[in-house]
Amino acid sequence: MSLEEFRAETRAWLEANCPKSMRSPIKSEADICWGGRNWEFKSEDQRLWLERMAEKGWTVPTWPKEYGGAGLSKEEAFVLKEEMRRINARSPLDSFGIWMLGPALLKFGTHEQKLEHLPPIARGEIRWCQGYSEPGAGSDLASLRTKGVLAGDHYVVNGQKVWTSYADKSDWIFALVRTEPEAPKHEGISFLLIDMDQPGVTTKPIKLISGKSPFCETFFDDARALVKNRLGKAGEGWTIAKYLLSHERASIVSEAGFGGLNPVTAAQTAGEVDEKGRIADPILRGKVAELTIDGLAFEATMRRVKEEADHGEGVGARASALKYLGTEINKRRHELNMSALGSDGLLWEGDREEDGEVARNWLRARANSIEGGTSEIQLNIVAKRVLELPGG
Amino acid sequence: MSFILNEEEQMLRDSAKAFLAQSAPVSALRKLRDESDPVGFSKQLWASMAEMGWTGILVEEDHGGVDMGYAAAGLLLQEMGRTLTASPFLATSVLAASALKLAGTDAQKAAWLPKIAAGETVIAFAVDERARHNPDHVETRATKDGNGFRLNGKKRFVSCGMGADAVIVAARTEDDRINLFLVDTGAKGVERTPRRTVDSHVPADFAFDDVKLDGDALLAGAEDSETAYRHVLDAGRACLAAESLGVAEEAFDRTIDYIKEREQFGQPIGSFQGLQHRAAHLYSEMELARTLVLKALRVLDETPSQAPLWCAAAKAKATAVSRLAGSEGIQMYGGVGMTDEYDIGLYYKRAQAAGEFLGDDSWAAGQVAKLAGY
Ligand SMILES: Cc1cc2nc3c(=O)[nH]c(=O)nc-3n(C[C@H](O)[C@H](O)[C@H](O)COP(=O)(O)OP(=O)(O)OC[C@H]3O[C@@H](n4cnc5c(N)ncnc54)[C@H](O)[C@@H]3O)c2cc1C
Repeated sequence: MSLEEFRAETRAWLEANCPKSMRSPIKSEADICWGGRNWEFKSEDQRLWLERMAEKGWTVPTWPKEYGGAGLSKEEAFVLKEEMRRINARSPLDSFGIWMLGPALLKFGTHEQKLEHLPPIARGEIRWCQGYSEPGAGSDLASLRTKGVLAGDHYVVNGQKVWTSYADKSDWIFALVRTEPEAPKHEGISFLLIDMDQPGVTTKPIKLISGKSPFCETFFDDARALVKNRLGKAGEGWTIAKYLLSHERASIVSEAGFGGLNPVTAAQTAGEVDEKGRIADPILRGKVAELTIDGLAFEATMRRVKEEADHGEGVGARASALKYLGTEINKRRHELNMSALGSDGLLWEGDREEDGEVARNWLRARANSIEGGTSEIQLNIVAKRVLELPGG
Repeated sequence: MSFILNEEEQMLRDSAKAFLAQSAPVSALRKLRDESDPVGFSKQLWASMAEMGWTGILVEEDHGGVDMGYAAAGLLLQEMGRTLTASPFLATSVLAASALKLAGTDAQKAAWLPKIAAGETVIAFAVDERARHNPDHVETRATKDGNGFRLNGKKRFVSCGMGADAVIVAARTEDDRINLFLVDTGAKGVERTPRRTVDSHVPADFAFDDVKLDGDALLAGAEDSETAYRHVLDAGRACLAAESLGVAEEAFDRTIDYIKEREQFGQPIGSFQGLQHRAAHLYSEMELARTLVLKALRVLDETPSQAPLWCAAAKAKATAVSRLAGSEGIQMYGGVGMTDEYDIGLYYKRAQAAGEFLGDDSWAAGQVAKLAGY
């Protein structure tokens, strides 16, 4: 089938199958469909939309068919994305399973592991969380101490993770665990897939400055992880972890996309414009213009780097520069939203559902340059791996 | 629109690199400066550029050019930025050639474009009358006089003005619109004064005192000369942004090489995180500038209706980034960065001057706001 035919078919199918209420931009986290064993659909349309898309393999269009995808080429997947964007179709399903674990499983998993874990991710049946960070291991992730001791066909896991996003709502966790205590720091870590529905796993929420609490501490107390659920060889976890982190960075950056409220709309909403419709405060206006330029530059740079990667130039450590830029720009956008809104932006609670959202998003964005590796760590990577500056 | 250079463009860039390293290294600029060259560029270099086909990079083949478009012109300027090459390329081959192409009559094109392509003439482009760039502020007047015009007014800091045979002047006609006039620099009533600038260039201030012009001095081919004027400026901005990017890239590369070598406290200073983070930040910012410059040049070639926004964005970013690359360069070089012996200071100075010409980052950001409607 030619790309044009594919586009025509896709367009017709979306037209027939995407429910009307799923054709408006995602406004807040409440609109996102995460799936999982305990997922409660926000509407019948949301359920229908997920079911239909999953059936086509279009929740994960580029994954092979046998693992729940549609086996689309990159070009076809791009067409699908464009056609969805054309009608403002919402993403039917988002999850760490799709963004992070999926790609790692596809690269490092055995056929059995893929068959067991990928289709449930594609259908939104199992929700995953990421167990990397520990109280003593953040930026210095490889110093983690949660340990796994081999006992027959399984590992016995003990220790604590922190910052596990949505751990309280997840079904499984992919965790980094020290299984070879004698090995050097980077070589003693294994990548384990652990079912959270067992007595040895408990979670406790952490409240953020944004007032929301999708983050948790996760405790392992003689929890069990089957050896067949170890991805890669024993002690090979760091390699997998790094691969997965590159996907995490990519998804944080694309999330930092510049949809949603922008400072110009914010200024208009707050009535802070002059008779020509221009932002009244000239200094704010200048800052917004600089942000606009950086936003245009950033989005075009993402496209450039993708195009270069398709030409075989590789993205590699340049992804760190993008993560750094994208998250810093996104933080600036939220800061300017707040400035443009003035006291309206400060509203924390009110009568309407969306009251407080602007301030919450602003506060949440602070974490963009921390999660998935801080800006400082990205700069370290650029300095060492792109610029090849001497170690120190 | 592709961000990948095609084969032809890659070849052009590679040959430009090799040629400029040989014929116009930084030492050539120093020589022009130290010998107080009266025009600030080498006519011999200009002739060599013509031999390479560069001077006619935007000129149609019918008129003796190679017609490779703005992306190609920008690539050349980027390489010239890297070697701090002083030449009339931007003024003549980009601004004047664009003005003639867009606003010239067939006869004007036939008279001037072949000369530009052959490197037989240097034409300057005169816009500004105030210290800060402002294309709307044109008080120079061309009043009707029989079949021709009388030109009165002043222009300042006209790039390559001292070595130019002719100058294209933006002037208001009686209907208050801005039109472009091609003026012989030797004509009666034209007076020019050299201005030696911080980057060792020699632009000219022009005074036009009742200069008598023929009717065909007016570039009258296009329906709307003012539109052409704006488009020429956009094209100039994108190309100048390419030069600024080249300035930034070379300053950056030299700085990185330096901090890998220079040792203090028993280790290369490039191993210190304080410098590493600044270098990595600068690298990231340069990635943005690279994208915008190429995007603006391609837009000029492929979808010119979008040019105003992208050219302004590219100019703003390249200006800011090249200044940052220069100033961070000096800082990381330490004391020797302040000495004339080291080249890094020359890059800093050129970054400032190129950034100022045709609108600096603040001006261009203001344009972006205006174009975006806020
Ligand atoms: C909202 C949010 C969601 C998250 N989600 C998850 C999740 O789902 N799963 C998970 O495992 N983790 C998650 N994290 C954890 C995140 O990956 C860590 O917070 C992050 O890696 C930083 O570690 P840290 O918080 O321990 O800070 P630290 O490592 O203690 O860093 C503190 C400061 O020191 C700086 N610093 C540290 N080392 C260096 C260095 N070598 N050079 C220069 N500066 C340095 C840092 O940049 C930072 O500014 C999340 C974090 C947040 C805030």
